[in-house]
Amino acid sequence: MLIAVILALAAGTYGFRVAGVLLRDRLELPEWSRQLLPVGAAALLAALAATAALTEAGGFAGYARPAGVLVGLLLAARRAPFVLVVVAAAGTTALLRLLGVA
Amino acid sequence: MRTAYRTGDARLLRDVAAIGAAMLAVGASFGAVAVAAGLPAWATLAMSVLVYAGGAQFMAVGLVAAGSPLAAVLAGLLLNARHLPFGLALGGALGPGRRQRLLGSHLMTDEATAFALARPAGPGRRRAFWLAGVLLFLAWNAGTGLGVLAGGAVGDPGALGLDAAFPAGLAALLLPSLRDRETRRVALTGAGLAVLATPLLPAGLPVLLALAALVLPVLGRRRAAAAPDSPGTRRDTPGATPDTPGATPDALGAAPDALGGVPDDPGGRPADGDVALPARRRLADGDEPGRVVRAGEAAC
Repeated sequence: MLIAVILALAAGTYGFRVAGVLLRDRLELPEWSRQLLPVGAAALLAALAATAALTEAGGFAGYARPAGVLVGLLLAARRAPFVLVVVAAAGTTALLRLLGVA
Repeated sequence: MRTAYRTGDARLLRDVAAIGAAMLAVGASFGAVAVAAGLPAWATLAMSVLVYAGGAQFMAVGLVAAGSPLAAVLAGLLLNARHLPFGLALGGALGPGRRQRLLGSHLMTDEATAFALARPAGPGRRRAFWLAGVLLFLAWNAGTGLGVLAGGAVGDPGALGLDAAFPAGLAALLLPSLRDRETRRVALTGAGLAVLATPLLPAGLPVLLALAALVLPVLGRRRAAAAPDSPGTRRDTPGATPDTPGATPDALGAAPDALGGVPDDPGGRPADGDVALPARRRLADGDEPGRVVRAGEAAC
């Protein structure tokens, strides 16, 4: 049973991944819609970042995590190196949790 | 040219390594959680290799442990459906050959997609995808192995603030593309929709709902097509956005296939094969090649 779950999940996930890549060649998309593909990807990534920053299991994630992400975002907006953005975000959240902020 | 690539690669490697370190730790947490939930070691490792999707793996382990295997599959697939539009946007960025596309598809994650789309279409984007894809795959699976071995000795990744590292990294990769007005409007609207829908819809659907924000540019274009002479129409030249005065040189969002302006392609080379979207091809064909180069440098 367990192996069936893993295989089904693996096959379905790979199917989603490969379908987009292969469809890109097959679909005769008009130019205006091809231009929307990267915009759509940006919307998905922004939605992932926002939901991951703010929510946990359908509710609010608490203050420590969004505060850390906000620090990272401010650094990124000031063109700080990517590594610094990631480390500062994690460090802020970790520090806040250490101080007892959920 | 060669040195430019090399320094670009060194920076890319460092950036990917930062996310890779976080993935290693979260992978270890997955390994530990799965074993603690009663999954055998082989199943835990197989899941990380074969499924390779963190969110779906955590969810599946929880649902399998709760005795609902069918729900584990369905919920996991719903969570991973976003990879289809990612694949559409990446397209030839995986490589020209069929084998590269079949293998590269398995390495597609949110982070690899973000690293790749942050670069203009072409060889630079392909290198970014493969470097991020391979490295993060290794990090996730090495982490899972460590977690299986260490079990309860693995700490809580929340204490390290790693749950903030991933959204911050994604946002940082996305930020340059938001200088393009249309992309910014769609992305922010989509993110808002997703956050508002999160308490209401099962996991996975809120993020997909962000695609509904694409009606904004679609409606805009239809309006523009209906009144072609009115000032401020955009049509299919997003580079000439009337409300970004001066067409700032760092607005590589102007090349609408690039999520960001990371200068990995200093020559403004024409993209290989079918990688480029039409607008990029226009630029690469020498419409304004100088501007592409300047844009890359300015974003440095």
